[in-house]
Amino acid sequence: MHLKHALKDALLVGVLALLLFLPMTGIALAENYSFNARLHVPFLLAGMVMLGRFIFSYALHTYHSRQWVKRLIHREDRPRFILRPQRHWILLILFIFGLVLPFTLSNYGLNTAILALIYVLLGLGLNIVVGLAGLLDLGFVAFYAVGAYTFALGGQYFGLGFWGAIPVAAAIAALCGVLLGFPVLRLHGDYLAIVTLGFGEIIRLILTNWIEVTGGPNGVQVPTLQVFGFEFTRIAKAGGVPIHEYLGVAYSTAYRYWFLYLVLFLVVCAMIFVLNRLRSLPIGRAWEALREDEIACRSLGINPVTVKLSAFSMGAMVGGVAGVFFAAQQGFINPTSFTFFESALILAIVVLGGMGSTLGVVLAAIVLTLLPEVLREFSQYRIVLFGGLMVLMMVWRPRGFISLQRRQFEGAA
Amino acid sequence: MDKSFFSLQEVESSYGRLPVLHKVSLQVQQGEIVTLIGANGAGKTSLLMTIFGNPRATHGHIYWQGKDIAHLPTHHIAGLGIALVPEGRRIFPAMTVAENLAMGGRNSVYASVDLEKILEMFPRLKERFKQRAGTLSGGEQQMLAIGRALMSRPQLLLLDEPSLGLAPLIVKQLFEILEEIAKQGMTIFLVEQNANHALKLADRAYVLVNGQIELSGTGAELLDNPEVKRAYLGSL
Repeated sequence: MHLKHALKDALLVGVLALLLFLPMTGIALAENYSFNARLHVPFLLAGMVMLGRFIFSYALHTYHSRQWVKRLIHREDRPRFILRPQRHWILLILFIFGLVLPFTLSNYGLNTAILALIYVLLGLGLNIVVGLAGLLDLGFVAFYAVGAYTFALGGQYFGLGFWGAIPVAAAIAALCGVLLGFPVLRLHGDYLAIVTLGFGEIIRLILTNWIEVTGGPNGVQVPTLQVFGFEFTRIAKAGGVPIHEYLGVAYSTAYRYWFLYLVLFLVVCAMIFVLNRLRSLPIGRAWEALREDEIACRSLGINPVTVKLSAFSMGAMVGGVAGVFFAAQQGFINPTSFTFFESALILAIVVLGGMGSTLGVVLAAIVLTLLPEVLREFSQYRIVLFGGLMVLMMVWRPRGFISLQRRQFEGAA
Repeated sequence: MDKSFFSLQEVESSYGRLPVLHKVSLQVQQGEIVTLIGANGAGKTSLLMTIFGNPRATHGHIYWQGKDIAHLPTHHIAGLGIALVPEGRRIFPAMTVAENLAMGGRNSVYASVDLEKILEMFPRLKERFKQRAGTLSGGEQQMLAIGRALMSRPQLLLLDEPSLGLAPLIVKQLFEILEEIAKQGMTIFLVEQNANHALKLADRAYVLVNGQIELSGTGAELLDNPEVKRAYLGSL
């Protein structure tokens, strides 16, 4: 019976393919603006498509393949591998691995690793807003931009250094989070997403058009990196001492990246620790409760205004810190680094990683930053492969790499 | 000024321009079980929500222990010792039973003591302590909603149609539990459609019709009232 079905399928697909291929491949442009008909090509292609479709349809209807599809769909029901939080030694090994990693990498590898860590940080920040508090934010890149520009412009106008920039950028980004939060307090879901999308664009447009202050599309030079007065440049630029001269070793560009990587790595570790604590603290639980049911929250005496604003500002703060590291790594920033694509990528990290799951977000951030690097060979098809991967992810693991595990309540009777 | 434990005086409220409550006055004394019955759309839920400031009372006073609370924001009212078990339970489905209960006791210093008492009262919740609340049955979810409200150690418990959508046997259990809670000294204001059960439990009762209080009396009186019998108890 399904033989007939498959034949019908194949015929339909063949006709469609022929319609498509005829104008695309059936006519070849020759010199002198004339055409040459090459009708054998489209028929050949359509024939191949038909055959493929026939085999596919036929195979899909056999007993084994149906079982296979069934298993694929019901995968979620089966017990899964769960990483237990009490596996401290795994964390320790990972930590040491993270510390040693930069010294084994080339400059290119180091740069990629730093970028991956920056996206981990961004993912963790957005995870507070989207994953925990359930507020869909499509303009998260705004806070990233605010952080990066705080460092660059702060350095240019007020002599702000790297260390100073971290807390200042965190504070300014948090303030922006509150500024965004206030007008959108009453909005939910799609409406909130649109407003945040607009907010992200507003920040980018300000940075592009306020040329006198931000340098507009020409961008800004980021201050050189200094640690205790040491510089990572070959020759001292900002009045410090180049670190390789002080240590009496040969100059290498890797020093700067090592330093950035290690500081960033520690910041990320600290952030993961803090987030894990937050989850079991009243404020973290209030975020989750707010995501679940706002009316119930209010009847329990939770002020949704402060809870939402705290989520926005906490998330923004983390985004701002990530921005500082981005600026420090790039050495030069301009508004094209802060487009909507970045927001979408960060959101993809949170969604693919599993909403609210810290470990999942970390893994997703690493995968999504390494993937484009690995796929550089196929650079033209990168985005297609990327998209395909996301579709597969959503089929197999709709809740993300690692779905959120509930924590035990310590006050249990 | 009003000296009673909890009272509404000529409270009116509306959704936009649509009025829902007309001069509703009622009283609850400490230790009483008072019930409010009424048909669908009579304004029962609106009345409870008005007490919690959402929608806000446009007229009249809501006195709680001598203070007018009609103008306080919702989350302040919850902190004054009034707890609401909302209509349709409204538990947090993705959070565990434990976390749901913790949300209820978040501002209470007695949270750990009360948690033990509540788990004793609802043994099912103890069994399902680490399960996601969304996986509980309807009856268990209602128990959880009540437990969550009790976690804040309220002096007045407001319940909005706790029997909604539950099997008759579970409803019976539920009312037994409410009786038990009342015996321990809790003041209860119960809004119900299930007039039979509610009136049997209640010390006093009010009947709400089209946003107005039509009748009031003791539970037994209203159970015998021919009009109540006809309209709410389904017998002649």
